Amino acid sequence: MDDQTTDVIQGTLDMLILKTLSLEPMHGFGISRRIEQISRGVFKVNPGSLLTAFQRLERAGLLDSEWRETDNSRRAKFYNLTRAGRKQLEVETTDWTRRVAAVSRLLKTEA
Amino acid sequence: MSFWRQITRGIRTLTNRNAADKNISDEAQHFLDQSTAEFSARGFSPEEARRAAKIQMGNLTTVKEEVRSYGWENLVDTFLADIRYGARQLRRNPGFTAITILTLALGIGANTAVFSVVNSVLLKPLAYPKSEELVSLHQDAPGAPGLFSVSDGLRLSPSMYFTYAEQNRTFQSLGVWTAGTANVTGQAEAEQVRTVEITDGVLQTLGVSPIIGRLFSSEDQQPRSAETVMLSYGYWQRHFGGDHSVVGRKIIVDSQLREIVGVMPRGFQLVNTDFDLILPLAFDRGKIILAQFGFQGIARLKPGITIAEANADITRMVPIWMHSWTNGPGTNPLFYLTWQISPNLRPLKLQVVGEVGNVLWILMATIGIVMLITCANVTNLLLVRTEARQQELAIRAALGAGWWRIVRALLVESLLLGLIGGALAVGLAYEGLKLLVALGPDSLPRLAEISLDARSLAFTLALSLLAALLFGLIPALKYAGSRISLSLRSAGRTSSVNRERRGVRSLLVIAQVALALILLVSAGLMIRTFQSLRNVEPGFTHPEHLQVMRISIPASLIPESVRVTRMQNDISEKLAAIPGVTNVGFATEMPMEGIEPSWDAIFAEGKTSQNDENPPLRMFKNVSPGYLQTEGTKLIAGRDLTWTDIYDQRRNAMVSENLARELWGTPSAAIGKRFKEFSAWWEVVGIVQDVRENGVNEKAPAIVYWPPMMEGLFGPGKLDAVRSVSYVLRSDRTSTANFLSEIRHAVSSVNSDLPLTSVRTMQNLYDHSLARTSFALVMLAIAGSMALAIGVIGIYGVISYTVSQRTREIGIRLALGAQQNSITRMFVQHALVLAGIGAVIGLAAAFGLMRLMSSLLFGISPRDPLTYTIVPIVLLMVAAFASYLPARRAAAVDPANTLRAD
Repeated sequence: MDDQTTDVIQGTLDMLILKTLSLEPMHGFGISRRIEQISRGVFKVNPGSLLTAFQRLERAGLLDSEWRETDNSRRAKFYNLTRAGRKQLEVETTDWTRRVAAVSRLLKTEA
Repeated sequence: MSFWRQITRGIRTLTNRNAADKNISDEAQHFLDQSTAEFSARGFSPEEARRAAKIQMGNLTTVKEEVRSYGWENLVDTFLADIRYGARQLRRNPGFTAITILTLALGIGANTAVFSVVNSVLLKPLAYPKSEELVSLHQDAPGAPGLFSVSDGLRLSPSMYFTYAEQNRTFQSLGVWTAGTANVTGQAEAEQVRTVEITDGVLQTLGVSPIIGRLFSSEDQQPRSAETVMLSYGYWQRHFGGDHSVVGRKIIVDSQLREIVGVMPRGFQLVNTDFDLILPLAFDRGKIILAQFGFQGIARLKPGITIAEANADITRMVPIWMHSWTNGPGTNPLFYLTWQISPNLRPLKLQVVGEVGNVLWILMATIGIVMLITCANVTNLLLVRTEARQQELAIRAALGAGWWRIVRALLVESLLLGLIGGALAVGLAYEGLKLLVALGPDSLPRLAEISLDARSLAFTLALSLLAALLFGLIPALKYAGSRISLSLRSAGRTSSVNRERRGVRSLLVIAQVALALILLVSAGLMIRTFQSLRNVEPGFTHPEHLQVMRISIPASLIPESVRVTRMQNDISEKLAAIPGVTNVGFATEMPMEGIEPSWDAIFAEGKTSQNDENPPLRMFKNVSPGYLQTEGTKLIAGRDLTWTDIYDQRRNAMVSENLARELWGTPSAAIGKRFKEFSAWWEVVGIVQDVRENGVNEKAPAIVYWPPMMEGLFGPGKLDAVRSVSYVLRSDRTSTANFLSEIRHAVSSVNSDLPLTSVRTMQNLYDHSLARTSFALVMLAIAGSMALAIGVIGIYGVISYTVSQRTREIGIRLALGAQQNSITRMFVQHALVLAGIGAVIGLAAAFGLMRLMSSLLFGISPRDPLTYTIVPIVLLMVAAFASYLPARRAAAVDPANTLRAD
C-alpha cells in the first residue's frame, strides 16, 4: 500500500470514529455501519484498519472501552470518548473545516 | 497520561498475551457475526450471508495480525521469539555450543578475575573515609646518596613530625608511625607480636574509630604517662575471644605493663601494614634531635588543598625545622642543606599499592590479548557453523524474512552464547579469585579486599556483550547478505570452497598466531628474567639449609648491654650444640629480610675530612662472629670478627668488597686501614664478599660490618648492644618439626621469656625477593599457554574444515595418482604459511610492545634475541603438528568413496 494514501485515510478515519462516538458509546461494527450510513456509502471502512485504529486511539487515551451486552443480548466491546477524545475531536474538526475551506477556495479560483 | 497508558497497556498485553489475543479475536468475531446478521436481514440465506460477510471482512487472521502488531510490546515479542529460536538452534547443536561457551567462559573468566584484582587493588579507593584526602608524607633527598632505596625516600624524624604537625597550613591532621615487633609475656607462652607505633594524629588522619574503647588520648602520647596499648581485631579475637570487657585490662609488652584502651575494627590496616598491637609513640621533646629519619608520615589534606600546595607548605617548613632543632652541640644544622630535602607527597593509595600496579596493568593487557584470541577462535567456529546453516538461512529469506531480521536472529544467538559464557565465567572467576587469595602472593597488596563486586560484574557483562557483538557480527553480516539465493541453489553439493570465506578464516588464524606470539614472547622474556635472577650470585650459599629466626631482648628484661651480648653468645652456643647444626651466627638483619637497616656516613682516614664535602651514606650491619661463615658469604681478605674482639671492645670492623675497592682500591690494600663514624677510629680487619642485601634484582650495597656490641652504636660515647637480631643456623634439618622444637628448647634454656619469631629459611627470604617476578612469570605463563592452546585449536579447526571441504578435490587428486605424502604436505604447508605470516606480524608487534615490560625485566633486553628466535620456532612447530593431524586424515581419503558420495 502506498504510504501517502494510508496517512490520509488514517487521519480522517480517526476523526470519523471520534465524531461517531461523540453521539453515544458504540461497538466496532456499529461504528463502521454508522460511518457508512452517514456518509451515504462514500466511505467504506476496512474492518482491519478500524480495529487497529481503536487500538491506537485507546492507547492514546482518546477512547475507553468495555465489554457490554448489546440490545440483542450479545457481548460486544463498546467504545466511548474520553475527555481527551472530545478535546481532540474539537481540534480536528476545526482543523478539518479550515483545510476544507482552503481547498474549496483554491478549487474555485482555479475554475 | 497517554504515555502511561502506552506503558501499562503494553505491559498488560505482554504479561497476558493470551487474554489480549482473545480480546482481539472476540472483537473481530463479533464484527463478523454482526455483518452476517445484517446480510441475513437483507434476505440472504445463512450460507450466503456468511460468505458475503467474510468477503467484506477479508482474511480474519490477517485482520487479527494487523491489530495485534500494533504497539511497542510487539518489538519485545519478536525479540523474545528470536531468543527462543536462538536457544533452540543452540540446543540442536550441543557440541558446538558447549565448545564455544567453554572457550568464552575461560576467556571472559580470566579477564573477570584479573579485572577484579585490578579493580580491588588499583581502582577502588582505600578503606578509609574520604580516602582521596589522604597522602603519604614522602620526601626526596637526592643529596644524601647511598642512603636508602629510591622508592622509599627520606623518612621523617620526630623533630620533623613536631614541626610539620604544629606549623602546617594545609593539613587537617598528620602523624608518623613505624612498624616493629614486641614480646608479649605474662601468659602461658611468650609471644612476639607485630606492632605499629604511632604518634597522635595517625588514627585521626585515617578517620577510623575503635569498635570498643577509645583512641589514644594526647595524654597517652606524653612521655612518662601511663602506658597504654590498643589491639587489632584479630589479636582481640585470638587472645580474648572477642570479650568486650577487655578495655581496662593489662598486658605485658616488652616487660612493660600496658593498659588496653581500645580495639580497632576488623580488617583495619595501618596503610599497608598488618599488626597485632598499636603502641603510642611518646617522643620526649626535650631529647629529640634533627636526625633519626625512621618514621613514615601520613596526613589528611584540608578540603580543596592540592598535593602541590601541600608540597609548597612543607618546602616552607623544612628551613623552620632545620633552625628549630639541633643534632647536639658542635653540629651544623645547615649540613642538611646538602641533602636537598624536598617533599614529594603522594596519594596514600600509591604508597599502599606500590610497584605492583605496573605488573597488574601488564597482566590486564596480556589477558585482554587472550580475550581477543578467544574471540577470533569463536568467530571461526561461528563462521563454520553459519556456513553449514546457509540453507536454513536461505529458506528463511525466501519465506520473506528481511535482511535485518536474519542479522538480528544471528546476533541474538551470539549474544546468548556470550551471556551464557559470561555467566559461567563469573563462576570461574569467583573460584579463581578464591584460589588466588588462598595462595596469597606476598607481593600483592590489599589482598583481603579482592572480591567480585558490582563493578567487576558490570565489566563481565560489558565484556560478554562486546565479545558477542565482535564474534557475532562477522558471520551475521557475511551470511545474511544477498548471496543467500545463490546458496540455496548450490546447497546440497559440496561445492569447492569459496575463496573469500576461506580468506576471512585465514586472516583470523593469522591474527591468533600473531597475538599468541606476543604473549609467548612476554612469557619468554619473564622466563629469561627469572633465569638471570637465578644466576645472580646473592652472597650466600644453599639458602634451603639456612634456618632463620628473630630474637629480641628488650631493655626491660636485660638492661645492661654486656649481658645482652653474653646472652646472645650463650644462645648461639646452645643452638650450635643441636645435632645436625654445622654453623650458627646472628646479625641485625638477614639479606632480603626487609628490615630497615641503619646507615650513616663514614670517613676513611686520609681520604675525606668531615667538613669539606658530603660523604655517601653506607649501610650498617652488626654481625656476630661466625655469621658470615654460616651464611656462606666469602671472606675476600683478612679475618672474621672474634668474641674476644667484642668483649675487649677492640675497634675492629669489616667492610664489603665494593666499599673496600671504592675507598682503598683493592681488598687487600684495605686491610689495616682506619675509618671513623663519630670520633673513634676503627680498623678494617676483614673484607667481605658483596651481598645482594635488598633483593636479587638490586645492586649489592656498600656495607660496614660492625660487631654486635660497640661504643657509639646509637650515638657517640656510649657502649651499646643490638637487641633485636636474626639468628641463622646451617643444617640440613631445616624446617622439620623436631628441629624447630629443639631450637625453641635451646633458646628457652637460656631465658624462657624470649619468643622466637619470623621462623623461616633463607630460601623463603630469597623466594620472597623474587615474588614479584615469579608472580608476573606465573601469570604471563598462564596467559601464554592459554593463547597457545586456543591458537592451536584455531589452526586445527581451520585445517580440519579445509580438509572436509576439499574432500572431493583430494579424491580426484588421489585418483589421478597424487601421493598421500604430498597431500599431507600440502595441508601442513598451508598451515605453516598462515602461522608464518602471523609469526612475522607478531614478532614486529612484540618488538615494539615489549619496551612496556622493561620495568619487569632484569639482566636481559626487551629485545632479547634468544627469546625472539625460540618462540617463533616453537610456535611454528606446534602449528605444523596441529595441522598434521587433520592433514593425515585428508591423505587417508578413499578416492572411490568421495567421488561416489554426492
